[in-house]
Amino acid sequence: MTANGWLQIALFSVALLLITKPMGIYILRVVDGSMGWLRPVERLLYRIAGVNPEEDQHWTRYAASMLIFSAATMLLTYGVLRLQQILPLNPAARGAVPDRQAFETAASFTTNTNWQSYPGETTMSYFSQMTQLAYHNFVSAATGIALAIALARGITRRSAGRLGNFWVDLVRVTLYLLLPLATVLALLFVQQGAIQNFAHYVTATTVEGAKQVLSMGPVASQEAIKQLGTNGGGFFNANAAHPFENPTPWSNFLNVLAIFVIPAGLTYTFGRMANKQRHGWALWAAMFVLFLGGAVTAYWAEARGNPIHAAHGVDIAASAINPGGNMEGKEVRFGVATSALYATVTTDASCGAVNAMHDSFTPIGGMVPLVNMQLGEVVFGGVGAGLYGMLVMVILTVFIAGLMVGRTPEYLGKKIQAREVQMAMLFVLVFAGAVLTLSAIASVTAPGLKGLNNSGPHGLSEIVYAFTSTAANNGSAFAGLTGGTYFYNTLLGLNTLIGRFAMHVPMLALAGFMAEKRIAPESAGTFPVTTPLFVALLVGVILIVSALTFFPALSLGPIVEHFLMHAGRVF
Amino acid sequence: MLRNQLRPAILLTLLLCVITGFIYPGIVTGLAQILFPHQANGSLVVGAGGRVLGSSLIGQSFSRPEYFHPRPSAAGAGYDDTLSSGTNLGPTSAKLDTMVTTAADSAVKQEGAVRGQIPSDMVTSSASGLDPHISPANALLQVARVARVRGADPAAVQALVTRSIEARQLGVLGEARVNVLMLNLALDKQFPMHAVASATAR
Repeated sequence: MTANGWLQIALFSVALLLITKPMGIYILRVVDGSMGWLRPVERLLYRIAGVNPEEDQHWTRYAASMLIFSAATMLLTYGVLRLQQILPLNPAARGAVPDRQAFETAASFTTNTNWQSYPGETTMSYFSQMTQLAYHNFVSAATGIALAIALARGITRRSAGRLGNFWVDLVRVTLYLLLPLATVLALLFVQQGAIQNFAHYVTATTVEGAKQVLSMGPVASQEAIKQLGTNGGGFFNANAAHPFENPTPWSNFLNVLAIFVIPAGLTYTFGRMANKQRHGWALWAAMFVLFLGGAVTAYWAEARGNPIHAAHGVDIAASAINPGGNMEGKEVRFGVATSALYATVTTDASCGAVNAMHDSFTPIGGMVPLVNMQLGEVVFGGVGAGLYGMLVMVILTVFIAGLMVGRTPEYLGKKIQAREVQMAMLFVLVFAGAVLTLSAIASVTAPGLKGLNNSGPHGLSEIVYAFTSTAANNGSAFAGLTGGTYFYNTLLGLNTLIGRFAMHVPMLALAGFMAEKRIAPESAGTFPVTTPLFVALLVGVILIVSALTFFPALSLGPIVEHFLMHAGRVF
Repeated sequence: MLRNQLRPAILLTLLLCVITGFIYPGIVTGLAQILFPHQANGSLVVGAGGRVLGSSLIGQSFSRPEYFHPRPSAAGAGYDDTLSSGTNLGPTSAKLDTMVTTAADSAVKQEGAVRGQIPSDMVTSSASGLDPHISPANALLQVARVARVRGADPAAVQALVTRSIEARQLGVLGEARVNVLMLNLALDKQFPMHAVASATAR
């Protein structure tokens, strides 16, 4: 570990803190309709699509709109991938994407997961990448943000179960928030060296006289929205480790900041909507504590390196001229510190982009991303998904705190009763149930085991990571696992759908139930949700819920591997 | 209830696809090509006669002794830009153990590295398999061999390496590094291979 490594983590934290408020205010202005500079476009879209922007939708209708829209986008993508060989912008003449692959990819991108069981550069045409995958990066992100705002409305106002208008939220978030930010960020990436063209692949003759084919394509535009929308699906197989996606340490810094910027801003937006800014900051603080714990652990573990390699004479001590640590699966320009930071951030948020290969992390370093996802993607989390996931945890926390003191729990003046807690528990259980059941199936069946790249405890980690990542809609991978098989494409594709929509419906129901409730004024007995005590309780509840659920699996995977690695065992 | 939701679902799917899938990348490409054409087209390195030698951002294979060598690569047969990939081998993988052992042995034999001081990037594969850089320690370790094969003064080659070190960006971000392709091009320019040296090197 070096002072410079810590400094980079500190710099990132400060930048995140500074950007939270302006971003939060901006998001609020986008969703409450006070942004007007694209009003003509907005109105035109509503008119053509037959949307009445004044309609305030009941939660059931809001949920139906979201589900039908998601289904339509998924079908479109499935169709385009199957037909890409006859569509334009296909200079490398890529054939149709096979059925299961197309299903998995469509499901994965629709759900903001972007688990990729295909290498982008040898599977997808420019047309598919640009008009389908990058497009999903926008709309699945906008859907997530819309849902978070819907839950925030449900909690903060009384409206007979009405949560706003899904179509309006979707259009406004896309037009005013995601498009302008992505455009600026894409150009910053190009300036650093990310490519952006529609050219044929370039054949170079290397200095030693060999042929090297250089991949081309509209990369920066996809890179920008994949980070901002916490999507994570790379243009290339190596994702943000590929120099054409993420060429420099500065582009890398922008990469990680872009992942957190909207989720962090949303905590401020929520504080504004609840008229309780300190509660917004309390949520931010709980997220930050969990983030920092992960970043410090991952950096520590990766900087310590692999003792098995050190025994062969590898210098794992960092210096000004040697990156040290565990450099397997890491790029020299990023080194150990920013690779660990990136891995933490990308899994705290449900992004899943990677600038280093998590599969090759040390056991504890690789456990951090796994645990981050198992916490339910609430550490800033996916755009929107982080806030609504966190609010569900807040409701559980308030409920547990209420039980401890023997009072009817209330949150922001609304009573938390049986129905709300049922929905919150359903939200928690769907996730754990999907991850553990499917991991168990894969661990004991031949097609599940055939996909492994590593044996021993690391093999189990690969499987658990895959199902955690897809249910959490993260999309990062212990990429040694061959996910492009019939077995994995089917199960992982289904898992992304369960992990998104089977959790969205109870969450929207919770929002609807909350919106029906009267807002009571605070009394002396109200549990304060702005104090450090609240933050500590919230962090505790999040850790306990996921530890109880996942500790057995973790102890058989990364934890036992950690001890075996220090004993010098290889598999 | 569902029927009147279908029209907005289908039409907004298509309209937003046009906006974010065609107009957005179109505008970004246009602006990128006007503002940063060199980067947008791959930061290509062009040699004599307009021959494209590669990209300054993408590593390429070097195996001849007169050149600095990049890190091991898991992209295809090595530095294949159409097959970017890491090894994805875990920390307790026997296969990775063998690869590291082989690389460490060859560092000792070919570069005269001292065990315990082998730079960690020299024996490990990068995440992309296309890492254009090596660490300064890695480059400095190769100076003796390169200078010997080229019949050049080791101090002069070392000075070239030192000049080629890219510092941390803004003094803080990332790690210090050396771009292998750019270093080797500078090397060919400053210490051209003599015919004799070239013959004995093979």
